[in-house]
Amino acid sequence: MFKLEIQDLHKRYGDHEVIKGVSLAAKAGDVISIIGSSGSGKSTLLRCINMLEQPHAGKILLNGEELKLQPTKQGALRAADPKQLQKMRSRLAMVFQHFNLWSHMTVMQNVIEAPIHVLGVPKAEAIERAERYLAKVGVSHRKDAYPAHMSGGEQQRVAIARALAMEPEVMLFDEPTSALDPELVGDVLKVMRDLALEGRTMVVVTHEMGFAREVSNQVIFLHQGRVEESGNPREVLANPSSVRLQQFLSGSLK
Amino acid sequence: MLNGYGANIADGAWLTIQLALISMVLACGLGLAGAAFRLSPVRWLAWLGDLYSTVIRGIPDLVLILLIFYGGQDLVNRLAPMVGYDDYIDINPFAAGVFTLGFIFGAYLSETFRGAFLGIPKGQAEAGVAYGMRSTQVFFRILVPQMIRLAIPGFTNNWLVLTKATALISLVGLQDMMFKAKQAADATREPFTFYLAVAALYLIITSVSLLLLRLVEKRYSAGVKVADL
Repeated sequence: MFKLEIQDLHKRYGDHEVIKGVSLAAKAGDVISIIGSSGSGKSTLLRCINMLEQPHAGKILLNGEELKLQPTKQGALRAADPKQLQKMRSRLAMVFQHFNLWSHMTVMQNVIEAPIHVLGVPKAEAIERAERYLAKVGVSHRKDAYPAHMSGGEQQRVAIARALAMEPEVMLFDEPTSALDPELVGDVLKVMRDLALEGRTMVVVTHEMGFAREVSNQVIFLHQGRVEESGNPREVLANPSSVRLQQFLSGSLK
Repeated sequence: MLNGYGANIADGAWLTIQLALISMVLACGLGLAGAAFRLSPVRWLAWLGDLYSTVIRGIPDLVLILLIFYGGQDLVNRLAPMVGYDDYIDINPFAAGVFTLGFIFGAYLSETFRGAFLGIPKGQAEAGVAYGMRSTQVFFRILVPQMIRLAIPGFTNNWLVLTKATALISLVGLQDMMFKAKQAADATREPFTFYLAVAALYLIITSVSLLLLRLVEKRYSAGVKVADL
């Protein structure tokens, strides 16, 4: 059975269709990298998975359970049952490009917030969890700091700890290293590689071809809202069959 | 002190402070609701919030106070017999003052709060939503605490104006410090002494408020990096 399955997802802004029928499926332990140039729809696709954007057609299944959707007046789809959506979102922890740590909370408060108030974990246990995950990403020493006082790399690692503290089924990463200074990218990628090695299920939108090749076991190349090419990253990235992917890769190596 | 009117005016000052504080609590509630309405994606709610802030902010405070106190009194006494209540009803000036000032300053605060909510980066609420929080949790746990910092300068203005506007309630018979000062001034024919004293009292109340609000601002600015200029 698949942990996460997306079937024939469509999304448009006005008349402009940005995702034209994309499917993906992740088994437990799969790491899927979604690559493509800007405007290819990759972030939108990821944001449709947890309904931060409303798709216009398609199915989303987590652990075989289908998210019930109903059309809005504008023709997009929204969750028919807000409780089901909230529960599903709490099982799909997201890491954002701009971290989005809650700026009025310390690192510790950021990490225990959702476990306590969404999952109902007792505070003492949430703190213990937070300490474990902050240690794992290497930022325990900053647990009383506020996000604004930390570097981007530290903030993103805290954001990953915040995601881990939910003990999610699937982790969604939306260009997690794109807003970081080059020398900070490595720390975050290393944390993500460790998570992959632990067998966590991850869907990663990324521009890091090294990560896509070395860490993920499936790569999806999006072009103009369609899956242009997909498969085992070592094969697909070494011998791209589509012209688009060849162009994309030659550009990214420059 | 003050020809024996000191204690009298002090009582009035306490009433003024109570009136200002309780009105502000009501105004905050109405202001939050108004801001939430105006920012709501539900069209008629947004329209309702808009109507409230437009109408109330467009009418002089004094007109509203007289309208609500005398007009309200009249209305209540016309309606009461219809439901079988025949005694004449006197509206308590304190209650009328709280209601009127709360209602007026709720409209101003709804604008202050709305601006503050719009100043919060979109990703903050989005992260809450993405982690499965209910919309009320996102509102009260993520947005409101961040909004407070952004709202404090506008809130401070409103609080100062509200504190001074309590003096208007003396016109409908509330025995606040303004009322007491006028009484004393008329009785002793020393208007300068008593109006100066009451002016000083307003200034003390507002200055202490400014100090306290500065502390609040500091408290809610934890985690905000101040630019070094």
